[in-house]
Amino acid sequence: MGELAAFIILSALTLIPAVVVVTSGNVVRAAMSLIPSFLGVTGLFVLLGAEFVAGIQILIYAGAIAVLILFVIMLTEGGTGLAIRQLNEQRLPGIVVAGALTAGFVVLVVRTAWPLAAGALPASNVTAIGTAFLTDFILAFEISSLVLLVSLVGALVIARKEL
Amino acid sequence: MEILKAIVETVLLFTFLAVVTAMLGVYLERKISGWIQSRLGPKHVGPQGLLQTVADTVKLLQKEHITPLNADAPTFNVAPILVAVAGLLAWMIIPFGPAFGRIIMVRDINIGLLFFLAMASLIVIGILLGGWASNNKYALLGGFRSAAQMISYEIPLALALMVPIMMAGTLSTRGIVEAQAGSIWNWYIFGGPFEWYLAIPGVIAFVVFLTAATAETNRIPFDLPEAESELVAGYFSEYTGMRFALFQLGEYAEAFGMSALAAVLFLGGWHGPWLPGILWFFIKMFALVFFLMWARWTYPRLRLDQLLNLSWKGLVPLGFLLVLVTGWMLV
Amino acid sequence: MAVGLTHYLVVAALLFGLGLYGILTRRNAVAILMGIELMLNATNINLVAFNRYVAPAAVAGHVFALVVITLAACEAAVGLALVMAAYRTLETIHVDEINLMKW
Repeated sequence: MGELAAFIILSALTLIPAVVVVTSGNVVRAAMSLIPSFLGVTGLFVLLGAEFVAGIQILIYAGAIAVLILFVIMLTEGGTGLAIRQLNEQRLPGIVVAGALTAGFVVLVVRTAWPLAAGALPASNVTAIGTAFLTDFILAFEISSLVLLVSLVGALVIARKEL
Repeated sequence: MEILKAIVETVLLFTFLAVVTAMLGVYLERKISGWIQSRLGPKHVGPQGLLQTVADTVKLLQKEHITPLNADAPTFNVAPILVAVAGLLAWMIIPFGPAFGRIIMVRDINIGLLFFLAMASLIVIGILLGGWASNNKYALLGGFRSAAQMISYEIPLALALMVPIMMAGTLSTRGIVEAQAGSIWNWYIFGGPFEWYLAIPGVIAFVVFLTAATAETNRIPFDLPEAESELVAGYFSEYTGMRFALFQLGEYAEAFGMSALAAVLFLGGWHGPWLPGILWFFIKMFALVFFLMWARWTYPRLRLDQLLNLSWKGLVPLGFLLVLVTGWMLV
Repeated sequence: MAVGLTHYLVVAALLFGLGLYGILTRRNAVAILMGIELMLNATNINLVAFNRYVAPAAVAGHVFALVVITLAACEAAVGLALVMAAYRTLETIHVDEINLMKW
């Protein structure tokens, strides 16, 4: 019962700000609404027993990506908060495509018989994830570190004033 | 029943924290600054001016809330609450010490330090939004500076945290303190219960942590976001009354929280000879708070480019080197 | 009624749909990036939920969620740098006005 209540509250916290993100006419408001949405997803992660992923989610998404997005919006023309036309002419096709895809997903998800397995998560999330990263998933770990380095340098070069 | 107990405990702890960090913090700041500058500081309200902050709080509570005409009102009102709540929530993982037959702390979660960093990073959002919503160029500039500064200094902060984490092998603050039990030489600043040469990364990590924590909490010499000679008062220029006080509460809670965390990670938390453990914790924490205030009244403010260079060209490479060297020494 | 895998997957599908709608209808390049972030979050919910309900002993879902978060940070950094560069040269970040490459 408690789990269901928590799930409903967290889902609402995720989805209602997400609606504001995609529909609001004020870009700063939209970017602000990303933060409760990210925090709601964090709550869902905690509910699923993924504490480490939840901590990283707050740190990277809410603490870094959201701040970066707000920063860029305030440095460009959106920062005035004035109402400019924010949506293009594709509103109707957009609703149709996104709605159809979502409906398809929901039908698919509900009708599939998932091969559920009972069992408990490892007692220490952090240790298990660290071990997995450095044994089974070492290639993914190395490649993502390389991508991180390249994108760091790339972002610096692109955003530089004089080329 | 369980949830009721948790709520009562949380409310009690947070009230205590708000009183200790904000009220005592402001009082100490004024007294110590007075002492350093050969003044007396607050003197008239209560014995030795002890009730001065209470009087100030009553004054702030009575003041009118002014929302500037062109401000973005909902954002303007939410930002100080976000800062205060995130600053106080970071205290959830601080273990105070043994009392009444148990360790006093709100929750011992297995991602403790990650949680602390996450809460510290949420404060940036409140400051940035507060600066933007005021619709004032000085406030906006203060918000920008603060975001650039805090994001730059989160990285050396996290890298300095890695040293005690690697020594203890856990992210739980309670586990880290318990791993430093025994003599004073088992504190992680002195290398923990390992070889003596681990004291070298220990001491350097402590210095890096304190520097980054000072910058992260926007205190002098890193107080560019609220530099009064350039920016009026930075991101809270337009805030009045209790909302202004909430920003201050958030900042003091974070500054005290960083000191408490440094005491827990590097100075052995509640461990110490003769005195009861909880007293040792507060002695260490207040010693570090005194250090922060001492630095505040000793050094002039840095320029923005010096500040960012110090982080990206000094502390970040040093932090990576520390992690590498500590790992090599531990193996 | 206990919360099952289907609940999480439905929430993730709704979040994904919202993100897609944002990408299709927004003019502001940064707002399009925000839509992408929402879609990546939906993917992460899926990964972690499958990890919890289908293969709890392994932490493969957590590991891949972390990789996705890392790549999302890279994508945001490079994407926003591109937006800044575009704003500096073209003085607009509305994607329907950036049409120099169009015939």
